[in-house]
Amino acid sequence: MTLLDMSRSLRWFWSGVTGADAYDRYCAHLQRVHPGCPLPTKSDFWREKYAEMERNPKSRCC
Amino acid sequence: MSTQVEERGDGVRVYRNDPNLPPIAVEEPHTITPKGKLIFGLIGLLGAIGWAMIALVRGENVNAVWFVVAAICTYIIAFRFYARLIEYKVLQPRDTRMTPAEEFENGKDFMPTDRRILFGHHFAAVAGAGPLVGPVLAAQMGYLPGTMWIIIGVVFAGAVQDYMVMHMSIRRRGRSLGQMARDELGPVGGWAAILGVLTIMIILIAVLGIVVIGALAESPWGVFSVGLTIPIALFMGVYLRYIRPGAVNEVSLIGVALLILAILAGGWVHEHDTLSQTFTLSKETLAWLLIAYGFCAAVLPVWLLLAPRDYLSTFMKVGTIALLALGILIARPVVKMPAVTEFASTGTGPAFAGSLFPFLFITIACGALSGFHALISSGTTPKLIEKESQARMIGYGSMLTESFVAVMAMVAAVSIDQHIYFAMNAPAGLTGGTPETAAAYTNGLGLVGPGGAALANIDPALLSQAATDVGEKSIISRTGGAPTLAFGMSEVMSAFGGAGMKAFWYHFAVMFEALFILTTVDAGTRVARFMFSDAIGNLPGLGKFKDPSWRIGAWICSLIVVAGWGSILLMGVRDPLGGIYTLFPLFGIANQLLAAIALTVVTTILIKQGKAKWAWIPGIPLAWDLLVTLTASYQKIFSDVPAIGYFANHDKFVTAKEGGKILAPAKTMEDMDKVIRNTTIQGWLSISYAVLVIIVVLAALAVMLKALRSGGLPTSEAEDVPSKIFAPRLFLPTKAEQDVLDEWKEAGLDPTPVGAHHG
Repeated sequence: MTLLDMSRSLRWFWSGVTGADAYDRYCAHLQRVHPGCPLPTKSDFWREKYAEMERNPKSRCC
Repeated sequence: MSTQVEERGDGVRVYRNDPNLPPIAVEEPHTITPKGKLIFGLIGLLGAIGWAMIALVRGENVNAVWFVVAAICTYIIAFRFYARLIEYKVLQPRDTRMTPAEEFENGKDFMPTDRRILFGHHFAAVAGAGPLVGPVLAAQMGYLPGTMWIIIGVVFAGAVQDYMVMHMSIRRRGRSLGQMARDELGPVGGWAAILGVLTIMIILIAVLGIVVIGALAESPWGVFSVGLTIPIALFMGVYLRYIRPGAVNEVSLIGVALLILAILAGGWVHEHDTLSQTFTLSKETLAWLLIAYGFCAAVLPVWLLLAPRDYLSTFMKVGTIALLALGILIARPVVKMPAVTEFASTGTGPAFAGSLFPFLFITIACGALSGFHALISSGTTPKLIEKESQARMIGYGSMLTESFVAVMAMVAAVSIDQHIYFAMNAPAGLTGGTPETAAAYTNGLGLVGPGGAALANIDPALLSQAATDVGEKSIISRTGGAPTLAFGMSEVMSAFGGAGMKAFWYHFAVMFEALFILTTVDAGTRVARFMFSDAIGNLPGLGKFKDPSWRIGAWICSLIVVAGWGSILLMGVRDPLGGIYTLFPLFGIANQLLAAIALTVVTTILIKQGKAKWAWIPGIPLAWDLLVTLTASYQKIFSDVPAIGYFANHDKFVTAKEGGKILAPAKTMEDMDKVIRNTTIQGWLSISYAVLVIIVVLAALAVMLKALRSGGLPTSEAEDVPSKIFAPRLFLPTKAEQDVLDEWKEAGLDPTPVGAHHG
């Protein structure tokens, strides 16, 4: 495994844990499940995501 | 479409739901190979040596590395054998079945997520300040009882709870603990459980608030750098919304760099004459600021404050825990605390009152058994998991990791000089607050070293020097656990950068704890508000409260929730007995009672499913947990020792007041009134928690008896839907799993065609 592969893996892992990859994953989901559906813009997607967090608060642990 | 089974030799079976696709599940025999026997035998032996070194050999020089060895070896054996027993015999996950993530995939909250990522995600959601604080306080009884409870408790109680709750929520479309309680225990048990969760959340926020205030009071460095986290988070929020939407990692790195700058700038403020005065705040001022902050944070939009701070907190959490582990391995500190101190039996310890049983098991909640985890294990994670069988790695495994964090906190606390430890953790009423009086206090404790030799008396200058080293005005009576942990961490971390870096690492640790706690205050207030508005929305005429987009309703409910925890917080910081001393047991009891609710739900489901034979697996931790919490509640309510019983203390102060006397630690008649009022409220809180749990357990017992008589009852388990995806169960795929992955690859298909994937 080269250094580049390792940094790519780390980035993949970390983006997954923090949820930074949410937009890419949502677009991939739409393209696969609803191929005709237009993709939201990045900024609209994140606005909607935070609005959703507002409606359904998630607890953090002690 | 029916499931097809194919035998592959050596007991390996693979399953297909669609004959045209590669297999979607692998079943392997649970026997162990000779090579495996050898490896696990060696791990077991190493673990036994670790335990012998800390429990039996003891002596004058116990190295903290043995704690790490004993813990890790025990975790590996428990994960391989006990968790596997639960998997094969009790929960019996079926990977041919769709998880809620696959069945309801919407690309957002329901989405199959790589198991390694989900492990990190789940761990980040369950780990907080709890496992760091409890062990530090429990260290007053010596290193051994606390360490044993953290490690044995997690194996048989905490990890079992998390794993079983997660599995059962997966089988129920990702339902939350409260919903499962209502479905399985009936309306009375269900409502008691929901009420329990709501009140527990309130006390939890209040106690964490007291912890953070304990670290920031009279500390200009801490106040300034933690205060700066608010503008930093706001900046990150604006950046993410208007400048670079979605650039989460980028903005988090900028945020972490700013945090480091904030810590460095705090050092400068500490040195500055005027600024250090400005940022020296009393506990009460800080309590009001925290209350105001809690309200604002809960009504501000999520994107502006909560979300960015959550990113920062995740970064700091994972980074600091990794650094601490590395620091312990490099510094290899020697333990200064004896294995068991006299406070274990006398129950007169200064950090919290009461003897080892039951109070040690209350004080260390998170890290050994934490009811709060049941809220994360149900609901959130089940909607993201790819395969049922991964719950062992994610549920049981994450909890083992959290337990390891608690072991490290214990190590940090017991490698501090005992005089400093007790000077920091005894309330001001005992230490007198100055280096001279505090040194006289600790010299008078008759402290002994790990080998039993009496410790030499200290000079007060040692305490003032220790404070100067970490950039604080005083380290005396800095109760709450967070300052002690930060102090211990600063000693361990001075492995990086030498003693000159101590002040930096101390405030780094304070910052990281404060970040966790502020996030919990904000998120907890929101969740409690949501539950509260949902509950009162059921009352006639108040239906409008059910609408979460109604801003005025959200404001009113936030105000009520903040008033709830705020009043307990103020009560704690004004309490002449020291808020942690009186309120931490209540927090522990609340958390453990939540665990009792979770374990009750789990046990009931097993009995309903006709698995009464295995009900002992959650049943033993449940019985133990009930024994501990109800004994503790009983003592807190009925004990006639004023240091333990809330009402006994109440009576003592009432009698004194009637005689016109002022009792220490109160200094004025007003203080006397505070103690009298606080003890009443604390006593009644104890009573209500105990009653709530007894209701839940009685409701569950009724259901269990009915189930036993009729040989099982239907549960709310959802029907099987055949799965179409494949994923291995542990971090690394087994040989048989790798073969299946290769078949998918050869067919040119992705075994989990969801989202951005990686090789």
